[in-house]
Amino acid sequence: MQHKRVIFQGRALPYFLVLPQLAITLVFFIWPATQALYQSVLIEDPFGLGSSFVWFENFEDLFADPAYLGSFRTTIIFSLGVTTLSMVTALVLAAMADRVVRGATTYKTLLIWPYAVAPAVAGILWWFMFNPSIGVLAYVLQQLGYDWNHYLSGGDAMTLVVIAASWKQVSYNFLFFLAGLQAIPKSLIEAAAIDGAGPVKRFWTIIFPLLSPTTFFLLVVNVVYAFFDTFGIIHATTSGGPAQATTILVFKVYNDGFVGLDLGGSAAQSVILMAIVVALTVVQFRYIERKVEY
Amino acid sequence: MRLNRKAITLAAAAAFAGSLPSAALAATEINWWHAMGGKLGEKVNEIAEGFNASQSDYKLIPIYKGNYTETMTSAVAAFRAKQQPHIVQVFEVGTASMMGAKGAIKPVYQLMTEAGEPFDPSAYLASVTGYYTDTDGNMLSMPFNSSTPVLYYNKDAFAKAGLDPDAAPATWPEVEAAARKLQAAGYACGFTTGWQSWVQLENFSAWHNVPFATKANGFAGVDTELSFNSPLHVKHVGTMANWQKEKIFDYGGRRSDSAPKFYNQECGMYMNSSAAYAGVKANAKDFEFGVGALPYWPDAGEPQNSIIGGATLWVLTGHEDAEYKGVAKFFSYLASAEVQADWHQFTGYLPITHAAAKLTKEQGFYAENPGTDVAIMQMTGNAPTENSKGLRLGNFVQIRDVINEELEAIWNGDKTAQQGLDDAVNRGNTLLRKFEKTVN
Repeated sequence: MQHKRVIFQGRALPYFLVLPQLAITLVFFIWPATQALYQSVLIEDPFGLGSSFVWFENFEDLFADPAYLGSFRTTIIFSLGVTTLSMVTALVLAAMADRVVRGATTYKTLLIWPYAVAPAVAGILWWFMFNPSIGVLAYVLQQLGYDWNHYLSGGDAMTLVVIAASWKQVSYNFLFFLAGLQAIPKSLIEAAAIDGAGPVKRFWTIIFPLLSPTTFFLLVVNVVYAFFDTFGIIHATTSGGPAQATTILVFKVYNDGFVGLDLGGSAAQSVILMAIVVALTVVQFRYIERKVEY
Repeated sequence: MRLNRKAITLAAAAAFAGSLPSAALAATEINWWHAMGGKLGEKVNEIAEGFNASQSDYKLIPIYKGNYTETMTSAVAAFRAKQQPHIVQVFEVGTASMMGAKGAIKPVYQLMTEAGEPFDPSAYLASVTGYYTDTDGNMLSMPFNSSTPVLYYNKDAFAKAGLDPDAAPATWPEVEAAARKLQAAGYACGFTTGWQSWVQLENFSAWHNVPFATKANGFAGVDTELSFNSPLHVKHVGTMANWQKEKIFDYGGRRSDSAPKFYNQECGMYMNSSAAYAGVKANAKDFEFGVGALPYWPDAGEPQNSIIGGATLWVLTGHEDAEYKGVAKFFSYLASAEVQADWHQFTGYLPITHAAAKLTKEQGFYAENPGTDVAIMQMTGNAPTENSKGLRLGNFVQIRDVINEELEAIWNGDKTAQQGLDDAVNRGNTLLRKFEKTVN
């Protein structure tokens, strides 16, 4: 892949050039990560007045807790839901926006807009629309004969957070899909059209395979987004409820650490989360990337 | 441009030099981190201004730090970074954590004695201070905003349903009967509740004089265990779960998320904090509402007293003696009958002293605003027992989350009342044991 090699004169310069990046990684990643590792083997009172070393007790407690194990399942359902919904919607919108000739910029701007909305605001927005007592969408659903109540029904609550989390991400995915679509040479599509392939066939046999690098990239980004960036949305809408229907792992880290002030347990959870992400990334790049056609 | 900047620097330096002598004489600053937003926040600022105007030695600076959890978390983080405020407002569920942090807090009784401020614990309402005193009866924090749950009901709806609009249902069977009549008159639901753990389990236990946890609800030791899966609790929660099916009771979410159900007249009755009075008054535009005491189960005997929720002011260690003197002075000011009566009448929070309650009565406030005295009567009707003094449980914030989760599983039919409450007790006990380890 990399055939070009830059030759530096002397040894110091290359190290000097990567120094800023190293410093940032050390301060913003390695240091906090080490802290988390250290705290995960301690039981500490919130004020830091005393702490005791407990080996892996925090981890043992976690895996003995059915609620924590349930949170894994919830996280998987949530990430699958968010990734699928936001990517499929974005792809459909991008494919359509790609064909629009008049007013294309307006469409694009409007579709990208939601990305600028803060997660908590997005959460509140959907929370209002789906509020069983005062929400517009809940009212519509009730008129259609569905008794929407995300305070009671775990399925409704999950649907709510998946929609709220996806809505924001659709814009991001849309942007990349659109760029990907525009990078596909028109000549290929025209040639297929001359050979008699219809729009659907052209999409599945030419456009979709050529989009696969973008799709793969977005898959990684979306899974990471669903895993890490969504606790604001959960916090603002369901607080993980009802029961534990929407308590995803990252929300539990936040809740136990910052609300419950259980620093050891929360640190142990973030260590596990860290391990999951490392494993996920390795798997994705090692095995899935090879199958992707570049 | 450059000249300009130089001039500004010079002027600033001059101003700074000029202010030096007066700065040395200036008032000692006291920081107060609180969690009172909106109208309540304005009222807090008013109290601070009142105190600052009443003397010139100290300057109290109130700082809004977000909601209760955020305020407590910021104070904890600040303490770890040695940047803590003098006073921090902590909600009642954080009490055990604060008490456990012996090196971080300065008990109020000690603060007042050291500063030589007159301080008489008996002037305060026992049912309020009881929550915040140690086993020797010493007050550890300064009560600020305390409330207790009451029953709000829609008078117009009651009249329409053929019920007496001037009498709130007193018992749970009466609540059920009233709910059925309301539903027959076209209302979607009978009643809903805010803060389900606080109202339907914690206060329910105190009101019926049954323990919420062993060891005097945690007052007598950190080796306490939860006990809200008793037959009476199971009966109450089980009945509510059955009512949920017919919407006699309709769950409306955690905290006060259920309020709109009462405001838009979906539910005719609503149980929540007495401090929700102002909110109910502002939002109940199309109907008259009344206030009643919490209902009770008649077969479990006469009601005891309810317990409080809300927050108190904790003093943190690590400051100068002179500053603590100012804190003590402020507490005296805050506890004065005038300030307390005004706060009580404006917010619906309980007055913390007998004098303030008396003053409010003399001013005719209760006569003009019927129902505002229900909370006080409910709190002071009987002398608190071991079961109704309050709760002192570590990791209580998380325990409340556990209770919320299990209750939701009961309301939606995933678990029976017995199962759900047993699970809540077991999961809560795990958290209590974890807390026990951090304090020992």
